[in-house]
Amino acid sequence: MKSILKHPSIRSAARRAHRTSCNTRFVNTLHQPGDPRVAARRADAPFRLAIIGSGPSGFYTAYRVQSKLPTARIDMYEALPVPFGLVRFGVAPDHPEVKFCINKFDEVARHPNFKYIGNTPIGSTSLPFSSLLPNYNAILLSYGASKDKTLKLPGESTLLGIHSARAFVGWYNGLPEHRDLNPNLEGNDGKAVVIGQGNVALDVARILLTGVDGLRKTDITEYALEALSRSKIKEVEVVGRRGPLQAAFTIKEVRELMTLPSVGFEPVPPSVIPQDTSTLPRAKRRLMDTINKGTKSYPLEKNWKLSFFNSPTAFLSSPSNPDQLSHIRFEKTAPVEGTNGDKVVGTGEHKDVYASLAFRSIGYKSEPISGMVEAGIPFDEKNGVVCNALGRVARPTPEGDIQVPGMYTTGWVRRGPTGVIASTMMDAFDAGDNIVNDWLGGVEFLGKEGDVRMGWEAVKREHSRIGLKAVHWSDWDKIDKAEKERGMKLGKEREKFGTEEEMMAIV
Amino acid sequence: MPPPRGSSIFRNLQSRCSNRLFYAADSILPPCTRPTPTRTPVHPGAYNRTFATRTLRPLPSSIYLRQFTTTSYLSHGHLTPPKPGEELKVTFVTKEGNEFTFEVAEGDNLLDIGQAHDLEMEGACGGSCACSTCHVIVEDQEMYDLLEEPDDDENDMLDLAFGLTETSRLGCQVKMKKDIDGLKVKLPAMTRNLQASDFK
Ligand SMILES: Cc1cc2nc3c(=O)[nH]c(=O)nc-3n(C[C@H](O)[C@H](O)[C@H](O)COP(=O)(O)OP(=O)(O)OC[C@H]3O[C@@H](n4cnc5c(N)ncnc54)[C@H](O)[C@@H]3O)c2cc1C
Ligand code: FES
Repeated sequence: MKSILKHPSIRSAARRAHRTSCNTRFVNTLHQPGDPRVAARRADAPFRLAIIGSGPSGFYTAYRVQSKLPTARIDMYEALPVPFGLVRFGVAPDHPEVKFCINKFDEVARHPNFKYIGNTPIGSTSLPFSSLLPNYNAILLSYGASKDKTLKLPGESTLLGIHSARAFVGWYNGLPEHRDLNPNLEGNDGKAVVIGQGNVALDVARILLTGVDGLRKTDITEYALEALSRSKIKEVEVVGRRGPLQAAFTIKEVRELMTLPSVGFEPVPPSVIPQDTSTLPRAKRRLMDTINKGTKSYPLEKNWKLSFFNSPTAFLSSPSNPDQLSHIRFEKTAPVEGTNGDKVVGTGEHKDVYASLAFRSIGYKSEPISGMVEAGIPFDEKNGVVCNALGRVARPTPEGDIQVPGMYTTGWVRRGPTGVIASTMMDAFDAGDNIVNDWLGGVEFLGKEGDVRMGWEAVKREHSRIGLKAVHWSDWDKIDKAEKERGMKLGKEREKFGTEEEMMAIV
Repeated sequence: MPPPRGSSIFRNLQSRCSNRLFYAADSILPPCTRPTPTRTPVHPGAYNRTFATRTLRPLPSSIYLRQFTTTSYLSHGHLTPPKPGEELKVTFVTKEGNEFTFEVAEGDNLLDIGQAHDLEMEGACGGSCACSTCHVIVEDQEMYDLLEEPDDDENDMLDLAFGLTETSRLGCQVKMKKDIDGLKVKLPAMTRNLQASDFK
């Protein structure tokens, strides 16, 4: 069987390896008019798709492909034993409605032509990316963003009391990687600072400020509930480098914080936020109005505030306790003229904010899976995305982008770590449409035309040789059931297993 | 059993050709052939789906959707069949421009109606006003004004809806009532394939 690595265009792409950024202009399909390969495929031609990652982007793409090409055989590989990506490990426990999409994913997973292969990270440490290539017609990269951006500031990685929002969110949501984070919420100053102004930052603020009574019935982990019940946090400051019009959070999350019982909002000074909002576009206008309206009273028992135009420069400790964060130094910023406030510069004026607890919430980050770049998939290091044109993996060339045969991408790894499930869904539908249209349209895919691709049937052998234990959907059913039963005993929806060992013990 | 007209494979075959627009920049588009629809059951209801709060069944074969036809309502999952003489009409216009009119009972919401009839309409949050995937556009401003005003929560989600218009609503929040009999809503495209702005 011909390896994709022998494709001449792919070898040269691999040489370029990690690109700093890719500027996709348009995508060339793989054939030219008159090319003998351009023959439409029949809808019943056997088609095997590997999906890497079981978050909403992977599942919604599978759903789309299933509905347009029901004969497609889809294998979904997931690093963790359990499925659903950030719907399970990101979305806040007090947003159960957002997780409703799991019902759709469950339905997709029960399709007779679908196979879930959990507990199987693709990459060098486990199942090599290259082992998928000879066994599928197409591969969908939907593995999300499993790292987070850092500020690279003094003290950031050495002082106690500084956490990434990703780790904190993972901790309260039962992500095994962060099971043992144990953030100290009992500092006597009762203050936490969140750096960054997206929805994740507001999730962190809300979880810190919501009383545990509001969380007890949710699927938040018991250990987090216990730690939060001892929390002394009374004040949360959410700081952004730019102004209110540039903040990435959305109105629903702001409104939730404004309506938390016994939580006040410190008004934003009128000099910082537009007062006459009538000329703003609808979404911005409603957001500014909601911030300006604030809470009915302030201060209350617990409080929060939004600080704008402040950029952190250092995390500092006090001489009496040199290992522990005591304050954060910020430099005031000012908008650069002519950029509509999108760019800011430091003004040279500094201030210190005292807090023993800080969360860095400046974004998630994707990285290339090892072996992926070697297989001809260009990765844009600067933006942390797979180079693509509307979800078709594309290799930038001076003449335009050349589609990499059989490779597709969607979700956060395609467009960067922003957007809600609705936008991820649209993105995934695009990917699904592209895959099916390209397939039926006769575009070149992996391997030679007419090759029989065996999918999991073949990969399985290598999988067991490496000594991995695959988790299939029926196994997830067992884990799911066990988690719900644990939850029932505690009067909550579900009590997640916090470690992979516990999950695997059920299987 | 042939797939119902209006089911996903049919819509797909129709939409494939419109995807030409996407390729406008390059002259090497795949040939826009129309393969014959497969006989495999295509719509998701063809295998058992169990929702926490809803159960959808495949459409009975007798009520294939037809263009510009009024389909009388039979037993669709959780929708209440309208009492004779009290049927309300509602029309959905798909993104391809096909119109489907249904007779429904007072109180049914647009998301449930659309999904029960297998229209391409998602309800990612199960109708709890937390996702905006059920976005619909009311065709007629006067009809829009007759609807109860959206509350803050609905407006908050609409703010995130893709392709928001002055007469946008969330399908899961609009319930059929006598005074909006004859309501006509458009379903916005759920993909961005045709958006040139994506070529940033
Ligand atoms: C804290 C937080 C809160 C959020 N809250 C909301 C909300 O309230 N409402 C809303 O609409 N959206 C919310 N979102 C956004 C939503 O979660 C994302 O839009 C969506 O999950 C992105 O989907 P994805 O499939 O691209 O990535 P992910 O959901 O991250 O899925 C990627 C999957 O790939 C797996 N994976 C990674 N590497 C590998 C590998 N090498 N091999 C195999 N598998 C791998 C991961 O384990 C993961 O399961 C939130 C996001 C975050 C971070
Ligand atoms: S279904 Fe989610 S908002 Fe209507």
